[in-house]
Amino acid sequence: MSDHTYTPKSKFGKWFNDRLPLLSLASHLTDYPTPKNLNYWWTFGGILTFCLLSQIITGLVLAMHYVAHADLAFNSVEHIMRDVNYGWLIRYIHSNGASMFFLAVYIHIFRSLFYGSYKSPREVIWILGMIIYLLMMATAFMGYVLPWGQMSFWGATVITNLFSAIPLVGESITTWLWGGYSVDNPTLTRFFSLHYLFPFLILGLVILHIWALHVPGNNNPIGIDVKKPSKDTVPFHPYITIKDLFALLIFLIIFSGFIFFAPNVLGHSDNYIQANPLVTPKHIVPEWYLLPFYAILRSVPDKLGGVILMFGSIFILMVLPWLDSSKVRSSVFRPLNKIFFWVLVVDVLALGYVGAMPAEGLYLFVARVGTIYYFAHFLVVLPLLSRIEKTQPLPLSITEPVLTGMPKAEFIKSDKRDV
Amino acid sequence: MSDSEKKNNRRDFLFTASYTVGAVGLGATIWPFIDQMNPDSSVKALATTEVDISQIEPGKSITVLWRGKPVFIKRRTDSEISEAQSVSLDDLKHPEKDEDRVKKAEWLVMMGICSHLGCVPLSDKGEYNGWFCPCHGSHYDTSGRIRKGPAPTNMEIPKYAFVDENTIRIG
Repeated sequence: MSDHTYTPKSKFGKWFNDRLPLLSLASHLTDYPTPKNLNYWWTFGGILTFCLLSQIITGLVLAMHYVAHADLAFNSVEHIMRDVNYGWLIRYIHSNGASMFFLAVYIHIFRSLFYGSYKSPREVIWILGMIIYLLMMATAFMGYVLPWGQMSFWGATVITNLFSAIPLVGESITTWLWGGYSVDNPTLTRFFSLHYLFPFLILGLVILHIWALHVPGNNNPIGIDVKKPSKDTVPFHPYITIKDLFALLIFLIIFSGFIFFAPNVLGHSDNYIQANPLVTPKHIVPEWYLLPFYAILRSVPDKLGGVILMFGSIFILMVLPWLDSSKVRSSVFRPLNKIFFWVLVVDVLALGYVGAMPAEGLYLFVARVGTIYYFAHFLVVLPLLSRIEKTQPLPLSITEPVLTGMPKAEFIKSDKRDV
Repeated sequence: MSDSEKKNNRRDFLFTASYTVGAVGLGATIWPFIDQMNPDSSVKALATTEVDISQIEPGKSITVLWRGKPVFIKRRTDSEISEAQSVSLDDLKHPEKDEDRVKKAEWLVMMGICSHLGCVPLSDKGEYNGWFCPCHGSHYDTSGRIRKGPAPTNMEIPKYAFVDENTIRIG
C-alpha cells in the first residue's frame, strides 16, 4: 500500500509496528501523495466521512431513547423531542444529517461523472461507491419508517409493494418483508434492527472504498495519470487535511442553518400524524433525495415496467465504466461530454422536481421525457461520444502547462470556469 | 498409473460428498433465519373478522380492518349495480364479471388496497364513480375493477361468507 518504507523512531514503536503495522498505516495516510491541483469538489469525501460518523453517533444516542413498537414508536419520538435533554437537537442533527449526507453524496457522484473518476483503473472504487449509495438509500428509507408517522407508514407500504411487481414470487416476498399481511409491528422492529446494522456495513465498505482509492491514488481535475510522489503531488497531511477541514466548516454552517433555523423544511408535515392504516395521505412523496427515482417509477404506466426502470436507473450506474469507453477522463478535455454532463444534471433535477408533483398532465410528460433522456444518456450518448468525440490534447503533467510557457493555458482557464 | 487415478477419484468423491453435505447443512441452518421473517403464529391467528352490516344504508360503505389491511364493505345502489353489470368485458384491463366479484349483488366486499402499490383508494371518486387512488392515479369502477391508471389488477376480493342476514365473516 505504502509507496515508501517506514520505520518508527522509538524502540517500542518499532516493536509494536512489527507486530501490528498501525504506525505504518498512519504514516501512509499522512504522507499519501495527492495531486496538487485538487479543487473543492474533491473535499466531499472527507465531508461524507464526517456525515457517516455523525449519523452513527447521533443514531446510537437516539436508539437509547426510541422504542421500536407500533403502539409506542410515535410517542417515543415525541418523548425524545420534548423530554430527553437535548433530544430535539440530536434528532434534528440525525434527520437533517440524512439530507446533508445525500446532498454531499450527490455532489461527490456528479464530481466523479464530470472528471471521469469512474474510469480505469478506478472502476472498483466506483462500484463500491454505488453499493454504498444503494445501502444509504435502504438505510435512509428504513430510518424514515421508524417515527411511525403517516409518511413513514405509507412510504413503507409503497416501497415494499414494489417487490410485489415481481412475477410469481412477488406476493410471498412482500409478505416475508412485512412479517404479516401489511406493514405492521413486525415490519417496524425488523426495520429498526436493519437500520442499526446498515451504517456499519456502509462503514466497512467505506474502508474498502478508501483502500481501493489508495491503490491508484486520486484522480484530479485534468484527469491525467500522476507520478507519485513527484512535483505534481503534495502530502495528504497537512495540505489536504486543512483544505478538507475548511470545506467541512463551510458545510457545517449550512448544516447548522437547517438544524437551528429550518429543521423541518426538508421533511413532510404529515409525518407528525401517527400512522393510520385506514387513511392514505392525499399526496405521498418520498424524501427529496429519492424523488428522481420516484419520478421514473411513476412515469411508466405499468407496474412491473416502472419497477424495472427504477431499479435499472441505479443499476445502469454500476456498469457506467464500461458504457463510457473514452480514454480521456476529465470532461475539461471533452467538449461534448461537458455539455451532456450538464444536460444530465438538469435532467436529474427536473426528474426530482416532477417527482414531488402529482403524476398528471405536464408533470407526467416531463417525467417521461426526463426518464427517456436519463437512460439515453448512459445507453446512447456516452457510448456514442466515446467513439465520435474529438477530445482536446492532454497536458503531460499537472506542472507542465505552468512551467513551459503556458502552451495549454486555455485548458486551465476552462477548468476554472467549469468547476 | 491406475493406482494414482483411483486415488484421485476417491478424493474427488470425498470432496463432492463433503461439499454436498456442507451445502445442505448450510441451507438447513440458514432457513430458520429466513423463515423467522415470515408471518408468525400470532399474526396468522388474527385471520378472521366478523362484521355487523345491518346499519349500512344503500350507497354507503364502511371500512373494517382485517389482517392490518382495510376491507371495504359497500352496499351498492341499483344504479351502481347496473352500471357494474353493463360493462363489456372487452373494456376491462383485468376482465372479470361483476357477478363473479360479489356473493349478493347488493354487497361488494373487497380489499381496500390499490393493486398498484398498496395505498387506500378514496370511495365515490374517479372517472368511473367507484374508487380513485390518490397515490398514482388509478381509477376503479363500482365493482372495484381497474379502468384507468398504473394498477395492474382489480381490487382483490377476500375470502368471506354471510354468517346470517346481517353479519359477514371475513377470512
